[in-house]
Amino acid sequence: MKIIVLVKQVPGTDSVKLDPVTGVMVRTGKDTIINPLDENALAEAIRIKNTYPDVKITAVSMGPISAMKAIKEAIAMGADDGVLVSGREFAGSDTIATAKVIAAAIKKTGDFDMIICGERATDGETGQTAAMIAHYLGIPAQTYVSALEVLEDGVIVKRTVESGFERVQVTFPVLVSVNKDISDTGFPTLDGKLKAKKVDVPMLGNAELGFDKSELGLTGSPTRVVKIFSPKLSRDTIMVKANATMQPIDELMSFLVQKDVL
Amino acid sequence: MSMYVNCSIAEAKNLSEFKGVFILGEQRDGKIQAVTFELLTWGRGIADDLGCELACVLLGDEIENLDEVILRGADKVFFIQDPIFKNFLTQPYSNAITRLVNEEKPEVIIAGATTTGRTVMPLVAAKTNTGLTADCTELTIDPDTKLLLQTRPAIGGNIMATIKTPDTRPQMATVRPRSAKQAPVDTSRTGQIIVKNYAGATTMTVEKFLEFIIDTTQAVSIEEADIIIAGGKGMKNAAGFKLIEELAELMGAAVGATRDAVELGWSTYPHQVGLSGKTVSPKLIIAAGIAGKIQFLAGMQTSDVIVAINKDPEAQIFKVADFGIVGDVFEVVPMLIETVKKIKASA
Repeated sequence: MKIIVLVKQVPGTDSVKLDPVTGVMVRTGKDTIINPLDENALAEAIRIKNTYPDVKITAVSMGPISAMKAIKEAIAMGADDGVLVSGREFAGSDTIATAKVIAAAIKKTGDFDMIICGERATDGETGQTAAMIAHYLGIPAQTYVSALEVLEDGVIVKRTVESGFERVQVTFPVLVSVNKDISDTGFPTLDGKLKAKKVDVPMLGNAELGFDKSELGLTGSPTRVVKIFSPKLSRDTIMVKANATMQPIDELMSFLVQKDVL
Repeated sequence: MSMYVNCSIAEAKNLSEFKGVFILGEQRDGKIQAVTFELLTWGRGIADDLGCELACVLLGDEIENLDEVILRGADKVFFIQDPIFKNFLTQPYSNAITRLVNEEKPEVIIAGATTTGRTVMPLVAAKTNTGLTADCTELTIDPDTKLLLQTRPAIGGNIMATIKTPDTRPQMATVRPRSAKQAPVDTSRTGQIIVKNYAGATTMTVEKFLEFIIDTTQAVSIEEADIIIAGGKGMKNAAGFKLIEELAELMGAAVGATRDAVELGWSTYPHQVGLSGKTVSPKLIIAAGIAGKIQFLAGMQTSDVIVAINKDPEAQIFKVADFGIVGDVFEVVPMLIETVKKIKASA
């Protein structure tokens, strides 16, 4: 069985900057981590590899050349190999343009049974790209998956939805986007680290994928950022100090009644 | 596996052909979900600004009270009916909606940023080769260009971005549940219910729905709750966290938890609020024993009213709070519980 894990490199702290003109996120490559939910996805792939015979895991990432670090980390944690999709032409892509490129890169890597990825990334937080990739590959997408049972010809997924869980059976090939409940994240192993050093991770650019330039980056993106602004964060906070009397609680209650929320 | 379709967004679309606003309603067990009525509020406002019709799309087998959607603001209901639509499955849902979109050519489609909306809308956007903006908190029509302006928080709520889809149609967005009030019933309203039967390829799928399991720990679903009582590490232990659950139950509220509280096993992941959990915007959230890490604030700062209880007056949570009580949660929360009990007893 071949599993592709999609890993996105995201800023490790809140140090993200935005280009004030285009509104596109600027990623400097400093202080980056693998998107936390992608680590859960990778851990699940590794769990499957440890449970079933002949499982191969390929980590695929799209980003600047510095995203190679994310793939090497994935290999250190247990992926067998990786592919980096990178190129200046891809910069500024929205979810549709990104999904087209990642889908094309996955096709290049050959047949697979399952794609696993985090349900969303902590930077863009759109949670849209996974399903779009599934579309461009012509395979079904199962989202918000918190448990996965491997069958002979497919999987049974448990999706965490509003007020409960849905169980759905689907045949391979399939894309599964996962939440945190799927698997506890793992750690790099010594063997993995050595392997990550040795293994040659191929890069795919547009020379290999062959898109028309008009389909890539900002020009290939149907959405445009019109403006960015800081949200009004601070509120006019009424602060009271608790004491032995009920007075602070009574004040709170009248405030809530006045705000019409009770 | 189907062939990779290589088509450009620059492909000429006659934009003026696209008219009308669609909202994507939701049902479970044939009951129309509250998010549908919130979407009707969004949709009605946008349709009025554009001077066009508002249609509500619902997929299902049997659906109760379809008329209500019209009384709450829709001019038309497209009811796509088939036993396969009883439960959400990505392939038949996205195929059917795409087919309706290709037939009707709406200018705008809005869905809830629910697990269903956030799964099916990317598929429909990709199939119709148009743009989609996730998790908007505000939608307006630009008075000059008549384009849909889609505003969403990004990067953990640190910035807001306004996005448009200028050259392709439909313009698509998902909106955060509870970002609008439910549209009221107006019994004088009339409209048309159009039943669509899409048999054949549209309903074919490799997916099989097995079962729905209710989460019994969520008496009130956290995404749909009017009130959320949330607790963090300051509740000290599982027994302490029980105070949160007790207050929530008394107030008919949902229980929220920080990542720490979930990782310590005091609550479960479906209750987690924040960047790696759920984004909520209830009418009221009471955050007790929560310091207010940016990751948590990102998941709740669009709530209408925020109350914070923390013994540290410098805690970040107070920066986003409307009402802050500086004090020991083990004194303040029990007092709050007593007060709510008294109010309930006298009511």
